[in-house]
Amino acid sequence: MLADKDRIFTNLYGWESFSIDAAKKRGDWSKTASFIKKGASWIVDEMKASGLRGRGGAGFPTGLKWSFMPKDSGKPHYLVINADESEPGTCKDREILRHEPHKLIEGALLAGFAMGAHVAYIYVRGEFYDEASNLSKAVKEAYASGMLGKNAAKSGWDFDLYVHRGAGAYICGEETALLNSLEGEKGQPRNKPPFPAMAGLYSCPTTVNNVETIAVVPSILRRSGQWFAGLGNDERNSGTKLFCISGHVNNPCVVEEEMGIPMRTLIDKHAGGVRGGWDNLKAVIPGGSSCPVLPAEICGTVKMDFDSLREAGSSLGTAGLIVMDQSTDIIYAIARLSYFYHHESCGQCTPCREGTGWTWRIMQRMVTGNATIEEIDMLLDITKQIEGHTICAHGDASAWPIQALIRHFRPEMEQRINDYRKQVA
Amino acid sequence: MPTLKINGTEVEVENGTSIIQAAEQIGVEIPRFCYHDKLSVPANCRMCLVEVKGGPPKPVASCAMACAEGMEVETESEMVHRARKSVMEFLLINHPLDCPICDQGGECDLQDQAAGYGYDRSRYTEAKRAVKDKDLGPLVKTVMTRCIQCTRCVRFGEEIAGVSSIGLLNRGENVEIGTYIEKAMDSELSGNLIDVCPVGALTSKPYAFTARPWELRKTETVDVTDGVGSNIRIDARGREIMRIIPRLNEAVNEVWISDKARFSYDGLATRRLDRPWVRDEKTGKLKVATWEKAFTTIADKIKATKPYDMAALSGDLVDMESTFLLKNLMNDLGCENLECRVDGAHFDAHNPSGYLFNGGIEALDNADAILLIGTNPRVEAAIINSRIHKAVRENKAKVAVIGAPCDLNYSYEHLGTTAQDVENFSRSRSGFAKTMKESKNAVVILGAGALQRKDGLAIQSLSMELAEKFEASYNFLHLTAGRVGALTLGFSHTKTDKPLNIKSKSFVYLNGVDTDIVSQINEDAFVVYQGHHGDIGAHRADVILPGCAYTEKDALYMNTEGRLQLARKAVSAPGEAQEDWKIISLLAKECGGSASYKSVIDVRAKMNGLPNLGACLSPEMNVLQSKDKLMTSKFKTSITNFYQTCSISRASNTMENCGAVFVNGTRKLEVA
Repeated sequence: MLADKDRIFTNLYGWESFSIDAAKKRGDWSKTASFIKKGASWIVDEMKASGLRGRGGAGFPTGLKWSFMPKDSGKPHYLVINADESEPGTCKDREILRHEPHKLIEGALLAGFAMGAHVAYIYVRGEFYDEASNLSKAVKEAYASGMLGKNAAKSGWDFDLYVHRGAGAYICGEETALLNSLEGEKGQPRNKPPFPAMAGLYSCPTTVNNVETIAVVPSILRRSGQWFAGLGNDERNSGTKLFCISGHVNNPCVVEEEMGIPMRTLIDKHAGGVRGGWDNLKAVIPGGSSCPVLPAEICGTVKMDFDSLREAGSSLGTAGLIVMDQSTDIIYAIARLSYFYHHESCGQCTPCREGTGWTWRIMQRMVTGNATIEEIDMLLDITKQIEGHTICAHGDASAWPIQALIRHFRPEMEQRINDYRKQVA
Repeated sequence: MPTLKINGTEVEVENGTSIIQAAEQIGVEIPRFCYHDKLSVPANCRMCLVEVKGGPPKPVASCAMACAEGMEVETESEMVHRARKSVMEFLLINHPLDCPICDQGGECDLQDQAAGYGYDRSRYTEAKRAVKDKDLGPLVKTVMTRCIQCTRCVRFGEEIAGVSSIGLLNRGENVEIGTYIEKAMDSELSGNLIDVCPVGALTSKPYAFTARPWELRKTETVDVTDGVGSNIRIDARGREIMRIIPRLNEAVNEVWISDKARFSYDGLATRRLDRPWVRDEKTGKLKVATWEKAFTTIADKIKATKPYDMAALSGDLVDMESTFLLKNLMNDLGCENLECRVDGAHFDAHNPSGYLFNGGIEALDNADAILLIGTNPRVEAAIINSRIHKAVRENKAKVAVIGAPCDLNYSYEHLGTTAQDVENFSRSRSGFAKTMKESKNAVVILGAGALQRKDGLAIQSLSMELAEKFEASYNFLHLTAGRVGALTLGFSHTKTDKPLNIKSKSFVYLNGVDTDIVSQINEDAFVVYQGHHGDIGAHRADVILPGCAYTEKDALYMNTEGRLQLARKAVSAPGEAQEDWKIISLLAKECGGSASYKSVIDVRAKMNGLPNLGACLSPEMNVLQSKDKLMTSKFKTSITNFYQTCSISRASNTMENCGAVFVNGTRKLEVA
């Protein structure tokens, strides 16, 4: 359990104002210039020491990612902050944008300085109207009080921050599709390599980070990387994390907790427990819709961190838990996700364009049971044909939920088919 | 220069080479759909996935992955085969099974690769997707349900043709290729869409349902519809030409050809001259005659005419052998009145460096500043325009135009429309002149619009001086295929730099001349027309000698660069028509000439001073000095209708339709 003194997002629920004055009272924007005076390599080293891993889903070590930015490329460097939070089940960045925007802005300045960027873009999801509005107000306040612009926060570093609103396509949350969208192109992921650190926005060195990743930077620098590394499960799964708990719980919420908290503790302590008691639990998707679903037996013991969930055959993703009790038609639930990935495929590469539609249509039949037992194996085979063959991870994301469904709930699928057969016979 | 192993074979490649290219170097074929040598790399079809050892356990797209030192690539491993089979299955689930009625059948990448990587039956039982067809104009037929969204056509439009009207609309399963607002693809290169499309989504409208590729006899030859000399392949069945497609020549047309080169072949089947005609003295009308009768009539007329009163003109589509023999014949008769500048252009016909595209077409790729004087390359030489477009796109080349304003598909600076503007520019030191002075590979292209006027020679000399001053390459853009060959053979009169005046001549021999110059011939003059189409020249003729079109004879042509190329016989000529060198050789005999040629090879043996086949003339630069006064009138546009510029394209129904849709706008598209 996270102690209150170690909490980073002290205004997560918007009980106080998001304005710069209130933020300063909570400790934001204090000693910002002094961190910059210590130099970029100090910041990167501190981030490495903290063990912070990217909060957008992939969990790549942040300090290491920043150190990939070339030192003297002769081109402008860019920091791009991914606020296109669209993964179903995930709603943590939204709270930061509307209640703690100054943490993000201060983090942007520090991160930007650390990677030699004078300009940062925040790409906000199109549907986030209030969030973009609050963020824009905060950016305006920061400019007015000298925290952004020339000699930002009296640090000697010039820094500009632009808020850009997307148009609502899920795929624009993929970092290279986001860069395309930001450039005014069609939001389609790019081929990698080259990675954005070599050729990103406008073909210049670019780092794309999640909102939460950037927003925790000032606190880590203020309280030291060691402090952050001391929290959590181990050095690879350290710090605090925002968990979003939704679905069949008594009290759906977003909560900041220590990395590695047991899933059951998280749900019981913060979300008021599963509707109808823990025994009524059927399954949990632990990290946003693309992460493989876990059945109740695993949920009782698994810890909420990157490595534990990987071992359990799923992934921490964005830490958006979707809790499903026994009343859930799990096949229909996964079919709905299948439709989502079909609908949001950008359509440029073959396996995803053709495969997501195919799997969704089979899933629809699985829901009614109008299928054959062999088709379950075929479905699994098709998802494996999509996985790993696409330009971006959207193909993988469409495959995993179905694979996990078959892995854990195959008897239920077979039952459905047999029932349907009896019914029509 | 990284060295890598592909399937265990070591290969050393240039920096930046992709795996797919490296594999090609050692003869390992990797299947692909979206990858095209001349287009950008989107890596979206995922067919070219290969295994790179030591990386993450998933295959990588070989078209987008650059070779690195020590890389070990497997193109036939189990992982790769599984990936290819997967992609193939996904491509086929929404592809119609209509190969038997698809024009791409037999030369379809999808069909070929399905044979290698497709399953023998389908696992797909859901409904198939259908896509509405688009109307892209009279040349390109669409069956959009067959489209596999490789986006080659989109990239071709943007990167080569310079037309960004085609795009990938919508997303996910609903993506389709389209123009958003229904419209034809307004490009002189649109036919190349047919070649770039790997499946049967974009096929040729004129060729639709007429032949299968395996029935066709293929002849590699060159195109004569403009001065570029694009390399083409003619596919024929029996005596009929079924289609024309491009052939790779990096130095000339890469893999593209203009729509005129590709689609004007139907003109070769209509309005043909297939037997000799002689004007009947009594009725005054043309009458079918034998070759003997035609030759004796001409020979008698020649004997009765003083050499000074005779003239011979060489036309736009004429090969070098017949030009050479006609010159010899006239010279033997004591006549020096020869002319090939039949479009009224004024320039020095005896200075090769002044009338050649000296820099070469390929060098345009590296150009960084290009000045166009009196030319609209988009319609005069669409292939050259696409090279300029490439320089603008990839090399950030700056372009300026002095001449009639036109739409070139890329932006340019318009510096003026008159000869005075050329003069002013050559004195200028700011603006584009500064850009040109500072550039490394500046190019000046002089076109017909600046020369088809009385002060042409002065403008030519001004342009050459200008090019020398700016250290730019000087390039003369010819509109026709026959001109440079004729100039090189000296087929022009010697005394003056103006085109020959034929008004006073009483005997005029027209070798394929179908330009307005025919109207200048004296009413009483005796006119012989040798050629293949009943066009302008034949209408004025007193004797018609039916010759062969470029598709019906082995003949030499020289393009605007002075590049010597061989056209080969693809089909036989209609009726009694004969090869052009033979006609003149027989006529020479009739006129008492002594030289006899057994074959066209004998003729070529007598032609001196030509470069090797495929190579260019490379004359020394000889800057002209002309003191002629410049006129103040504006430069004109030399070609108004791209689609109909020669006797063949004027006889072509397809080209007529294109003119109606794209140039005159008299015909609207049928909205699907």
